Amino acid sequence: MTTEELHVDPAERNWIVASIMLLVVFGVAVAIAGFMLGIQVPTEEQRVDPRTVAQEAPWSNPGVRELVPGEEYEVYILASRFSFVPNTFEVPVGARVTFYVTSTDVQHGFKLQDTNVNFMALPGQVSKLTTTFEEPGTYSYICTEYCGLGHAVMAGSVTVTEPGGNA
Amino acid sequence: MTIATTTSPVYPLTKEDRRFVGLHLVIAFSALVIGSLFGPLQALEHAGLDLYPSLERFGIQSYYQGLTLHGVLNALIWTTFFITGFLTLVVIRGLQRPLALPWLNRLGFWMMVVGLVAAAIPILLNKATVLYTFYPPMEANTWFYVGLTLVVVGSWIEGWGFYVTYWRWRKEHGTTRTPFIVLAALITMVLWQIATLGVAAEILGLLLPWSIGLADGVDPLLSRTFFWFTGHPLVYFWLLPAYVSWYGMLPKQVDGKLFSNSLARLAFWLFLILSTPLGFHHQFVDPGIPSGWKYIHSILTFSVFFPSLLTFFTVIASLEYGARKRGGTGRLAWIKALPWKNPSVTAQLLAGILFVFGGIGGLANASYNVNLVLHNTAWVPGHFHLTVGSAVTLSFVGIAFWLVPHLTRKPLWSPKTALVGVWTYFVGMLIFSNAMHTVGLLGAPRRTTLGLAPYVPPEWTGHLWRVGFGGTLMWIGLMTAVVVVAVTAFRSTRLPEGEYVDVPVAESIDDEQQVPVWLDRWMPWLVGAAVLIILAYGPQLIDKIGGMAPTSPPFTP
Ligand code: HEM
Ligand SMILES: [Cu+2]
Repeated sequence: MTTEELHVDPAERNWIVASIMLLVVFGVAVAIAGFMLGIQVPTEEQRVDPRTVAQEAPWSNPGVRELVPGEEYEVYILASRFSFVPNTFEVPVGARVTFYVTSTDVQHGFKLQDTNVNFMALPGQVSKLTTTFEEPGTYSYICTEYCGLGHAVMAGSVTVTEPGGNA
Repeated sequence: MTIATTTSPVYPLTKEDRRFVGLHLVIAFSALVIGSLFGPLQALEHAGLDLYPSLERFGIQSYYQGLTLHGVLNALIWTTFFITGFLTLVVIRGLQRPLALPWLNRLGFWMMVVGLVAAAIPILLNKATVLYTFYPPMEANTWFYVGLTLVVVGSWIEGWGFYVTYWRWRKEHGTTRTPFIVLAALITMVLWQIATLGVAAEILGLLLPWSIGLADGVDPLLSRTFFWFTGHPLVYFWLLPAYVSWYGMLPKQVDGKLFSNSLARLAFWLFLILSTPLGFHHQFVDPGIPSGWKYIHSILTFSVFFPSLLTFFTVIASLEYGARKRGGTGRLAWIKALPWKNPSVTAQLLAGILFVFGGIGGLANASYNVNLVLHNTAWVPGHFHLTVGSAVTLSFVGIAFWLVPHLTRKPLWSPKTALVGVWTYFVGMLIFSNAMHTVGLLGAPRRTTLGLAPYVPPEWTGHLWRVGFGGTLMWIGLMTAVVVVAVTAFRSTRLPEGEYVDVPVAESIDDEQQVPVWLDRWMPWLVGAAVLIILAYGPQLIDKIGGMAPTSPPFTP
């Protein structure tokens, strides 16, 4: 009696092979998206002290920084119950905008609608992602983590303007 | 009658054991009833009908207090109590011997009950409105943390009771293969005990000292890391007992056999080693965790789909085997030959169908770049109502349709009503989850009173109505099924003397005793699990604990 071998039905063997191939394809697809198409997720950026961060540069003066006019921008946003500071700002269409967000109190979320910017805003950590606005218009950013009774009203908006004109 | 009876049960449980398992179910179903009450209220709030003002006189101060109850009672209490009760029965019936140390299991159970009460009181008093994930630095009343700890430790103790019982059996049975359902039950408990080390570290190491004032601050990121160490395998702790039934019992209920005993075991072992070392996939969008580690966990997440795909094949093959024996024919027409009139079977088949949708959505969640779009949107609750809310809950309800008659020696009350209940839940769930997925893709956040949000665009409205409608149907269906269970438990009609509803334990097509020994040995798999966890978590945990910045003071919700 040999009991070390695993007996597998042929149909099941085919299924197993197909399953493994499917999962490998998914893994490769994620790798391609991550490394070659440059899709990014937040990573290690910077630690801050949530008790004092609002008093120190650059967070003592949150808002937009123009690095290369029309092309490169940075935005520093502070999340505190129940608002973002700033809760509205403008950038020109086609510009690369890098968001830096942190929280001064509890955990918040930050989701910029219709873009790939969606991350947690944690006290003590800085979240950073970059996006390019291809279309002019108004984009809301909303808090996506329960932060207290007023959580649903915690939102702001970006106005993306045409060059030399309005949205 | 659609639930078969027998005059010669294989191993009748003692009256005490039946009561003990039954007590688990009483608490589990009570939690489900109270927790689910908030489901349709949440769904209707999204649809624009805010019923919360009228709840104030019952002490429910806000949507979020209700949501805390919904999450804690449904996801944590209903599941844990049902699972420990059901697995107690599986161990006793599977090994055909009483618990070795009944007092130990009873100690565990009552500790869970005390924990439940300790956690429930602050939630009901609106002193722990922190949702079931209790992310710091939002702070709950200390008793909330103490209560959750007791529930977890109590469940560990019940598990230790299983291990001792198994150990005694093993000593008497030499190299006899462990009965499949028992092995599966034990793996489930071991998985749970490994998984909950994370939340134990979080509560005992960070939150309790902070909550009682021994530490000024807490590190929210470290806390999340510990939490999600537990959070993902937690879903397998919920799911595997349903798999115990799908593999080891449902085939018997459809007159079939388990298609492959060996592969069923292999799937459980793979879950044990693969389900923990991938928790970062819940933290793809967290700052402070290097994207390389997120990528590694993303790949590992795909690997844990493999045992689920195995399960899909084996369960379908087992069902087909039974259906063909019942006269079913055709490539797919055999499905009609399954005993759809048996509500216990139908509940589990519908659970399985919904789970297929859940699995597909889960693949999307796991892909870290797709997750970027979906994270914390309504997609996510849309997804897990298909998994824990359907695959698990509907299966447990289906199990209860024979388990309660088994425990009480009373026939199931109105199988027809039971069928109406589970079908209604199924239809409601299709509508609800489809709408939640869609509105989530459109950007709607979860955990939000959308009725008050200033940013809701008109395109969401129609979907939110479907959320409200589907959610209401789900609630009606679920409560109908629960009423059947409750009436069965408390009715006075008994089965005729000498008749029993037996535990449906399926035989397998391949001989259980011929299963390879390596599928019946603990050591290699336990070592494998430990090694994978150390590799996948070790470096980041050392880094995060070493660099801990406990700078967050508490905030009341
Ligand atoms: C009876 C029908 C049910 C309905 C209509 C329902 C509805 C909902 C809705 C609309 C939400 C989202 C709330 C939000 O994000 O703001 C939700 C959350 C949730 N539901 Fe259900 N649900 C039901 C049953 C269940 C069951 C049976 C379970 C689990 C066993 C469950 C587990 C959960 C969990 C864990 C959450 C997340 C809570 C959180 O975000 O903190 N639900 N439910
Ligand atoms: Cu917020």
